Amino acid sequence: MLSQFSHLSYVITVFLMIAGLFIVIARGNLIKKLIGLSVFQTSVYLLYLAPGKLLGGTAPILSAQFTVYSNPLPHVLILTAIVVGVATLALGLALAVRIREAYGSIEEDEILAKDNAFENLQEKHA
Amino acid sequence: MKNDLVLRVVGKLLIPFILLFALYVQFHGDFGPGGGFQAGVIFASGIIFYALIFGLANARKLMPDWLVESLLASGVLIYAGVGIAGLLLGGNYLDYFVLDSDPVHGQHRGIFWVEAGVAITVCGVMLKIFYMFASRANFDARTDD
Amino acid sequence: MSLEQHLPALQVILPLVSAPLAVLLRHGGFAFAIVTAGSWAAFAIAIGLWLQIGTIDGGIISYQIGSWAPPWGIEYRVDRLASFVLVLVSGIAALVLPWSRASITREIPEDLHYLYYAMFALCLAGLLGITITGDAFNIFVFLEISSLATYVLIALGRDRRALAAAFQYLIMGSIGATFIVIGIGFLYLMTGTLNLADMAIRLRDVESTRSVLAALAFLTVGISLKMALFPLHQWLPNAYTYAPSAVTAFLAATATKVSVYVLIRFYYSVFGDSLVFDQLPLPQIMLWLSLIAMFAASAIAISQDNLKRLFAYSSVGQIGYITLGLSFGSINGLTASIVHLFNHGIAKGAIFLLIGGIVAVTTHRGGAPAALTFDRLAGLSKRMPLTCFGIVISGLSLIGVPGTAGFISKWFLIVAALEQGQYWLVGAILTSSLLAVAYVWRFVEAAYFRSPASPEKIDSPAVNPENEAKKPIAAEAPLSLLVPAWLLVGATIWFGLDTSFTVGSALEAAQQLLGTGK
Repeated sequence: MLSQFSHLSYVITVFLMIAGLFIVIARGNLIKKLIGLSVFQTSVYLLYLAPGKLLGGTAPILSAQFTVYSNPLPHVLILTAIVVGVATLALGLALAVRIREAYGSIEEDEILAKDNAFENLQEKHA
Repeated sequence: MKNDLVLRVVGKLLIPFILLFALYVQFHGDFGPGGGFQAGVIFASGIIFYALIFGLANARKLMPDWLVESLLASGVLIYAGVGIAGLLLGGNYLDYFVLDSDPVHGQHRGIFWVEAGVAITVCGVMLKIFYMFASRANFDARTDD
Repeated sequence: MSLEQHLPALQVILPLVSAPLAVLLRHGGFAFAIVTAGSWAAFAIAIGLWLQIGTIDGGIISYQIGSWAPPWGIEYRVDRLASFVLVLVSGIAALVLPWSRASITREIPEDLHYLYYAMFALCLAGLLGITITGDAFNIFVFLEISSLATYVLIALGRDRRALAAAFQYLIMGSIGATFIVIGIGFLYLMTGTLNLADMAIRLRDVESTRSVLAALAFLTVGISLKMALFPLHQWLPNAYTYAPSAVTAFLAATATKVSVYVLIRFYYSVFGDSLVFDQLPLPQIMLWLSLIAMFAASAIAISQDNLKRLFAYSSVGQIGYITLGLSFGSINGLTASIVHLFNHGIAKGAIFLLIGGIVAVTTHRGGAPAALTFDRLAGLSKRMPLTCFGIVISGLSLIGVPGTAGFISKWFLIVAALEQGQYWLVGAILTSSLLAVAYVWRFVEAAYFRSPASPEKIDSPAVNPENEAKKPIAAEAPLSLLVPAWLLVGATIWFGLDTSFTVGSALEAAQQLLGTGK
């Protein structure tokens, strides 16, 4: 039973990963897709960070009394990944704002319907 | 929001400390949680706090658009400049060992300037994102601010 | 400080630094000058690196960033394959940037020009960085740098559908990149290192564990998303169709090719060809996906009415050829992949540059976007003879006619199929080339054999802006747009006749990759 708890972070990782992917695929609202993407990327942060903590390891600052330190490298990698995630989210939201201004809606099916209607109109005129 | 007394007073009290805390986080990144990215975000959040209370126009007077874009670009150039300095002083790109006669102090210098560049860029980016989104709020009904 | 030893770092730094400089200068003309200078310098450095590798024993240049020895530090590692892709990417950029000056004055608002150049420089730096780095996480970072810049570049298109296309690409591309980072995470957790060469050595001990196989799976799916391998290609047609012409040309020639490079790098230099090709059914899966891509995408291309969309689907089909070569797992197959990577890059680059010329001629500054349907293109050869002829020649390269570069890649593909005794594959390759004939013929038929649309009595677009779309195409494209495009068309023919550069590099790269396997 205890071993299940030691794997808790991995279970949460998989849950977040699948939840995020599901939201991206199943939801048609642009903002919800971006939220799903963020949830998906968050699961990856957990995937890297959880194994970085060593059993009995302390914070990675050199000190005479400690011999086992936790791994600081995953933290640095994830900091980079978080920044990338923030940039992607900002870009996605900016695009959503522009799409709202251009189409008047942020629901994917409405945008597709407007595009098809526009193309049919163009074909009729040409 | 600038007509709300509580917000005005609390804002004017807190914002200097927020900015100071950002500098603290910046310089203590070696020894505790912190560093360039976090400091840049905290600094930008101080300015955004000011913009939320006193209005976007006042924030633009404080940090005009050209300044924000220049911050954005300068930070990246500082980071690249540290790397090129390493190149010019005889080492490889981003070599901190050659930045000082003592390699350990060279590492300190390199990390200091690199984190400074990161903080400047991140502050610029966060402010730019805020300005871009906030200035588009005119799209729907305008609230009195 | 001798310049030669720092070439690997400068390869990425010079384009990367030109981007913030372009943002600081905030003027379209200065930004153009700086970014173009950066890209030409990058091209010169790429050629320099290619020449340098020939002089070194073992053919690998290793550069330590920060003077930290690998595996603690990030290492830039240039072998024959990397230098080949570097020459392709920087060469295309060096050609497209001067070309884009005349094109974006018509397609992008004036005050956004300096941002276009900055994003282009970032995209270029990202692509060069992916190719040159020897550190797994660094690949992800540069991949995201170039991808984010790409989303912005696509969103600069005039048509509002460019925004939706950029958003769809953002979602799919980010999922792909996150899959890649999950794969890299599993590899890091199993081996404890991020340096690709070190990872390869440490993987020998843990090779058959489930985590490593999961890493392989995640990496393959993630890279396939970026590379637009069928069925993960959904973002490509919209992105290529609605992006500005210069952006389409640059992306079609480079972005998917660099993703193929990442796949080859992970398969051969990290996992080793025995794990990937012998122990897993990956070759069969890749074979069938490639065949479906070749046939389905080419068939969809034939039914398209929009010229840009037709060639976008053609790109999806041609990626199928590249991965088909990979699925053989032999030296000839790998050589075919690498050669077709290059040949398709220059052929598609030429086609989209020429199409950009057609778009430029039909739009006034700030004009409304008008789709290049075959009705509007009727009789084009009378008014734009050079452009049409160029598209025809590049189309012949896509088909694989002898005398063009495309023939060389098909030749190696057929040789690789024959040496494995798969005669039916030879038939499949030839049949899919017939599909390519079909869609190139659609353009030829419209441009050369249809009579031009009769000049209706319509007001000029200045009087009635709606007539912009109805305006018949007037004259040949300006010289600044024709010359770079024809340089690429000339390259297509040159590399079809003189294969010493392409096949020589590809063969050497394949031997290097297979030699360092287990």
